[in-house]
Amino acid sequence: MLAKRIIPCLDVTDGRVVKGVNFLELRDAGDPVEIARRYDEQGADELTFLDITASSDNRGLILHIIEEVASQVFIPLTVGGGVREVEDVRRLLNAGADKVSINTSAVVNPQLVADASDRYGSQCIVVAIDAKQVGVDDLGQPKWEVFTHGGRKETGLDAVEWARKMVSLGAGELLVTSMDRDGTKIGFNLGLNKAISDAVDVPIIASGGVGNLQHLVDGVKLGGADAVLAASIFHYGEYTVREAKEYMRAHGIEVRL
Amino acid sequence: MIDIAVVDYGMGNLRSVSKALEHVAPTKNIVVTSSHQDILDAERVVFPGQGAMPDCMRELESRGLRDAILKAAATKPFLGICIGLQLLFQHSEEGNADGLGILSGKVKRFAAEAMHDSEGNKLKVPHMGWNQVYQKQAHSMWKDIPDGERFYYVHSYYVQPDDASLIAGVTEYPATFTGAIAYKNIFAVQFHPEKSQHAGLQLLSNFVQWNGNS
Repeated sequence: MLAKRIIPCLDVTDGRVVKGVNFLELRDAGDPVEIARRYDEQGADELTFLDITASSDNRGLILHIIEEVASQVFIPLTVGGGVREVEDVRRLLNAGADKVSINTSAVVNPQLVADASDRYGSQCIVVAIDAKQVGVDDLGQPKWEVFTHGGRKETGLDAVEWARKMVSLGAGELLVTSMDRDGTKIGFNLGLNKAISDAVDVPIIASGGVGNLQHLVDGVKLGGADAVLAASIFHYGEYTVREAKEYMRAHGIEVRL
Repeated sequence: MIDIAVVDYGMGNLRSVSKALEHVAPTKNIVVTSSHQDILDAERVVFPGQGAMPDCMRELESRGLRDAILKAAATKPFLGICIGLQLLFQHSEEGNADGLGILSGKVKRFAAEAMHDSEGNKLKVPHMGWNQVYQKQAHSMWKDIPDGERFYYVHSYYVQPDDASLIAGVTEYPATFTGAIAYKNIFAVQFHPEKSQHAGLQLLSNFVQWNGNS
């Protein structure tokens, strides 16, 4: 049976891994290559690197980090942040990324998702959706809106509709981050994840808000996630990836151990 | 002398494949190449690939590599990975494309209407992640790999050989599909050994030592 995946996420800026709360207040968590190796040894199913400053002068740095990780760690690597054109996708794949995550640029230029998946295949194009609840509809159901530019800019796009559109253009996977929950440690936004998971056929990675291992279980069982992404609980040594997997298995979830 | 040629026809992440091979065979001369001659000269050949099958065939043809692939697949230890497995067959539902036709059979898409597990949960396509590979025959390529070991998959299509005796490994999603085939000096897998941590590196290490007989 296909295992549910645990994906530690490394937010990288200036060559270091950092972690913020609600996308702000960054705190240093260490060297990316060292951290990647540690998670690989603990049994991480994949690793995600987000280049969170992603300015042009920083670009070479993340490529170098990915090259170094890819020559030592033989599990799938997803890299995102500042991907603006098909050429950026090519450079990241050549550096050793297996998948490239597109966020702001998908909103600015949806054709990028179509062009990149046509050229390199849907399997390597992840669309990252940062969403925030903006109210309720006439039936009292929550409504979520897509935000871009690291959560600073509203788009007016409905998150569930946007997810459908991205998959129709060629996204092979969606990384769904609840901005309300990011770094808060109160758990995933299960309603958001479930709504998107039900709306599309491609795998969903739930992200934002993990504070304990039960949150990972809930993300899969209640949120319909195919993979769960977490940062702080692993970076600061509260739990190892292996402990997380053992907990999930004990709660009836298929994992790779 | 080229020990291992990794065929580059412009499709997919060849760096991952070459890095993993370098890791298990640090003393071997491993080249990522689109040269007809390199493929003919190499002691063994890895045929990877990602992306859409029609594009892959077009790129292979435009680089004039069809003959070299056919010769290598007929004569030396040959490892196909993902699309590199699918291309060995006659025809794919993806883009209604013809493959190389080295093996009889077709490439099919996971049937959308059948994608539910035993509890009725929706199964996603692409089939993405770590799934168990059950070995259907003894083979040198399975050396030191436990039956039912997990490998990393990411694909929406799978091969269906006409001759079921070619099937070397199977995986369930939710129906049983072909995860690996073995035919003479050819071994080809739908999963990605270069991304499958210890088990994947073991398989690549087995390939480096394989004499081309099962």
